Amino acid sequence: MTELTLVQAVNRGLQVAMRADPDVLVLGEDVGVNGGVFRATEGLFKEFGADRVIDTPLSETGIVGAAIGMALYGLKPVAEIQFLDFIYPAFDQIVSELAKMRYRSGGQYPCHVVLRAPYGGGVKGGLYHSQSTEAYFCHTPGLKVVVPSTPADAKGLLLSAIHDPDPVLFLEPKRIYRSVTGEVPDGDHRVPFGTARTVREGTDVTLFAYGAMMPPSIEAAETLSREGISAEVIDLRSLVPLDEDAVVASVEKTGRAVIVHEAARFCGFGAEVAALLAERALYSLKAPVARVTGFDTPFPYALEQLYLPGTERILKAARASVAAG
Amino acid sequence: MTETPAASATPAPESDAFPESRLLEAYRTMVLARALDERGLSLQRQGRIGFYAPHSGQEAALIGSALALGPDDWVFPAYRELAVALVRGAPLGAIVDQMFANARDRSRGRQMPNHFAFADQHFVSASSPIGTQITQAVGAAMAAQRRKAPIVAIAYFGDGATSSNDFHAGLNFAGVFGAPVVFFCQNNEWAISFPRERQTRSTTLAEKSDAYGFPGVVVDGNDLRAVYAAVRAARRRAIAGGGPTLIEAQVYRFGPHTSSDDPHRYRSDAEVATARQKDPLHRTKVALVDAGRLDEPADAKLWEEARAAISAAVTSAEAVPPLDPLSMFEDVYATVPYRLEAERREFAALRPDEGRRP
Repeated sequence: MTELTLVQAVNRGLQVAMRADPDVLVLGEDVGVNGGVFRATEGLFKEFGADRVIDTPLSETGIVGAAIGMALYGLKPVAEIQFLDFIYPAFDQIVSELAKMRYRSGGQYPCHVVLRAPYGGGVKGGLYHSQSTEAYFCHTPGLKVVVPSTPADAKGLLLSAIHDPDPVLFLEPKRIYRSVTGEVPDGDHRVPFGTARTVREGTDVTLFAYGAMMPPSIEAAETLSREGISAEVIDLRSLVPLDEDAVVASVEKTGRAVIVHEAARFCGFGAEVAALLAERALYSLKAPVARVTGFDTPFPYALEQLYLPGTERILKAARASVAAG
Repeated sequence: MTETPAASATPAPESDAFPESRLLEAYRTMVLARALDERGLSLQRQGRIGFYAPHSGQEAALIGSALALGPDDWVFPAYRELAVALVRGAPLGAIVDQMFANARDRSRGRQMPNHFAFADQHFVSASSPIGTQITQAVGAAMAAQRRKAPIVAIAYFGDGATSSNDFHAGLNFAGVFGAPVVFFCQNNEWAISFPRERQTRSTTLAEKSDAYGFPGVVVDGNDLRAVYAAVRAARRRAIAGGGPTLIEAQVYRFGPHTSSDDPHRYRSDAEVATARQKDPLHRTKVALVDAGRLDEPADAKLWEEARAAISAAVTSAEAVPPLDPLSMFEDVYATVPYRLEAERREFAALRPDEGRRP
């Protein structure tokens, strides 16, 4: 075990994978000599050289298109998209190509690419360094989408992603890159996809969140506890595949659900969780499902702290849920 | 997918000239490809297949380029490269099965006709978006470079694709990384209804390579030998570490863009008639006749054999049962996940009377 920040854990995950398998390589903008703008690839260039830590020209479609070609040929590329906000030039490659390659070739061409992208607000990044647009990708069959919130999960989910046979979008909550630290298992630590993590058990209401929304959700649960409300906190962490049984089982126990994400509400991931509860846990619900989310506006630079869900909004929704029935 | 490097990683100097001993074989493939085009459009008109994208007029470019490749080279096609698949050794029957999307289709009925994949021949899955295969070919070439495999990746695309994002990104990456890739642009003058002269103000498409720092060549795409020599030279240079080449093969699309297109809306019959005077099949046939290797009866026999082989493949393809509907849920991921398994069960329960295999 080693105490690491979340971004250090990403770095260690890459290092472990690259040491174990010469086919694993990293490509992206500023990932080499500079070690990445967030330093996620720090030291890798020095250890593995320019052939395996590839600084690319500034083109996301070039990065993802090339990664697809590398993967088809048999390498295991891990591409960094500098900010999720800049992924859209590669949207065609991701949605039309990467996600469909195995399917459209009848299984002849699996396409195993990992895309890492820092996402989310709270860093004074304005419209284009703050967005949380995971839903676009969760809506695309063929992709897997995971979001760690702890250093141990960052390493464990990343190593699982690199060894997964399918394309994975690995979203990194940049707001807590350095503010969250934790013990991380050494070596090839893997966290299986499709498993939610119960952070805290409770009986009165379940708070579902992921990524950078975990710390305020956990803080809200602690406050609720002092008020005599027992909140269960679940880190969804694997959005696709989603641990549906864990979501349903928790609400069957608590009867109340508050879903927290920083993405816009309309057609956000919370809608899928709410639909799942309507389909499979309706008769266990004692109160309407609540969503605490970003608003349906573009990301507001000056007002970001008011836009992003915080402990107060989560508390308010949880108290209302408990009061409802 | 692992490449076995050849015994000699540095190829001996060789002539790039077309081997005349293969001219008849090349012509036979051209005839088969042309006959397949005629049959493909006819099958679509009869409602027996859903779609067809013809390549008539482009056979010399397609077959000449494909013959110049090595067996371990990787092909990243657009959707007009049926003749390349034939040269690579994709069985005619497999191509026809894909048109019918039957239970024997190697792509499992997932795509429209002409969008096939043949992994055994390193013929990568084609898609409909324009130009996306270009950056992928560069990535495969970069991977081969890292594995020190003496191969190239070749990206096929048309004149329209030179305006796409991936054309710029792919050529730029290839130049920067010196990737062993051949960019093979078939300029057939029309991107559906949009003429080549409006696609770009550049005089040629090949000259665009200047901006990316590597050579571009224009070749008469109706000349099988010239196309072969151009690809051969580009391939040799790439394998020797000289980087990419952009080849512009100037051809003409005799038929519609696809079975859904009516070219009379945007070009004249006279223009097509003029282009047909340079028919690459005629040109190759004349070369064979002049060399005393083909005469009219032998030519007629080639056509007869091609049409018979296609008819046999069509008859066979139509006799194959349709796809198992439950296969819809497979190959989305490596294994069918929990959620798709649930949807598959839900779907299977809808109409059990149809005899679906569980």
